[in-house]
Amino acid sequence: MFSSAFWMLVTGDPGLYRIIGLSLYVSLTATLIAAAIGLPLGALLALKEFPGRNVVTIIINAMMGMPPVVVGLMVFLLLSRSGPLGSLGLLFTPRAMIIAQAILIIPIIAALARQTIADIWVQYRDELAAMNIGTAGSIATLLWDGRFSLLTALLAGFGRACAEVGAVIIVGGNIDGFTRMMTTAIALETSKGDLPLAIGLGGVLILIVIAINALAWTIGRTGERLAGAA
Amino acid sequence: MRAPESDLPLQFDRVQYDAGNRRILDIGSLGISGGAPTAIVGPNGAGKTTLLRISMGLLAPSAGRVTWGGRQNVAPVRRAFLFQRPVMLMRSAAGNIDYALASIKASRGERRQRISDLLTLVGLPGFENRPARRLSGGEQQRLALARSLARDPELLLLDEPTASLDPAAAKSVEDVLRAIAGRGVKIVISTHDLGTARRLAGDVVLLHRGQIVEHSASEIFFKQPLTKEARRFQAGDLLI
Repeated sequence: MFSSAFWMLVTGDPGLYRIIGLSLYVSLTATLIAAAIGLPLGALLALKEFPGRNVVTIIINAMMGMPPVVVGLMVFLLLSRSGPLGSLGLLFTPRAMIIAQAILIIPIIAALARQTIADIWVQYRDELAAMNIGTAGSIATLLWDGRFSLLTALLAGFGRACAEVGAVIIVGGNIDGFTRMMTTAIALETSKGDLPLAIGLGGVLILIVIAINALAWTIGRTGERLAGAA
Repeated sequence: MRAPESDLPLQFDRVQYDAGNRRILDIGSLGISGGAPTAIVGPNGAGKTTLLRISMGLLAPSAGRVTWGGRQNVAPVRRAFLFQRPVMLMRSAAGNIDYALASIKASRGERRQRISDLLTLVGLPGFENRPARRLSGGEQQRLALARSLARDPELLLLDEPTASLDPAAAKSVEDVLRAIAGRGVKIVISTHDLGTARRLAGDVVLLHRGQIVEHSASEIFFKQPLTKEARRFQAGDLLI
């Protein structure tokens, strides 16, 4: 059943590798962008008391379960020719897919980071206050010292991005050789009735996700050991 | 360039601190000036930690006035605090001191030299690359002391710094504190160990139920205490 997909993998089928490459490029870039926004946002929510903080926290937590098709629709409306960002011409491009995936996983990374940072903040608060470290400095310190725990948040975000199909198919269009990704290819092959290829592609996708998680876990554990945290 | 203003004397005027309905601290007047270390002694729950935290500016009093060098609400630029269980940042011993040095915007070259000097001062030469969290309790306490000193404080507040240490580790911390006091840093140390107070302090403040029951020179406090609470505390009676 997996043979055709794995044969394509082993023989270096350019079409398959283009799909894998684009999937990794889109999901990793979306994760990086979401991390750049979500990690400081989560830390800010953990540290800073302001009116409405609880409401923002509840909204972000709720957005962790946001349906991808809804995100896809929102981004589609933003980027479509008549939308406010239509002039940028991003619709049906990998960039549009990156935007959609980033929007989808920012709440996941922010919510998990908020919880992680809040736990560290309890220990660090007085120590950093005694060193006269301001909010920005405290956020940077907590993100750095919590880096190994925060890796879990990033992996959760990356996992969600990799597995996502609803948003990218709406804003990317599943154009062969241009915006076709693993998940959209699986959806297409399934609809065409080519189940062995779809299942094979699914297996390859799972292997890639496991490999990236294993790599991140190994790096995290090694770093933790070197830093004396474990 | 203007010389930094002094945080001394540290002055408490009618300071009260309440937690819920409970009064933790109620101090009429207390002045702490430069010179030999001041020891804050008293039984558990007497308010020693609260007094130190207010002295650092980590807690705001519920009522009354605290001034540093005659000024209120002064950021802890010239003060440092050593917690009973200090938090080691997740980096090397040198990284922990470097963090404190960076916080006062010391130059990179100056930082390297100061790290080496401070580690030597606290008896941890050669520990630069050791992960801070892998050090023993006594070593962590001395590293935290070095980190506090990196900020070049004029006033160093220590909350039971030797409470969880074995006698050898406690002695090495006391030796460092003596050396620091000799350099002109004003030390205020809370302890329930009268031996530490006797060995280090120039004056002693006895707290009981959040109130100062005696503040006198160390010689007077230990040889001719002025209050019956001080006599009972030194005799080992339970102050309830």
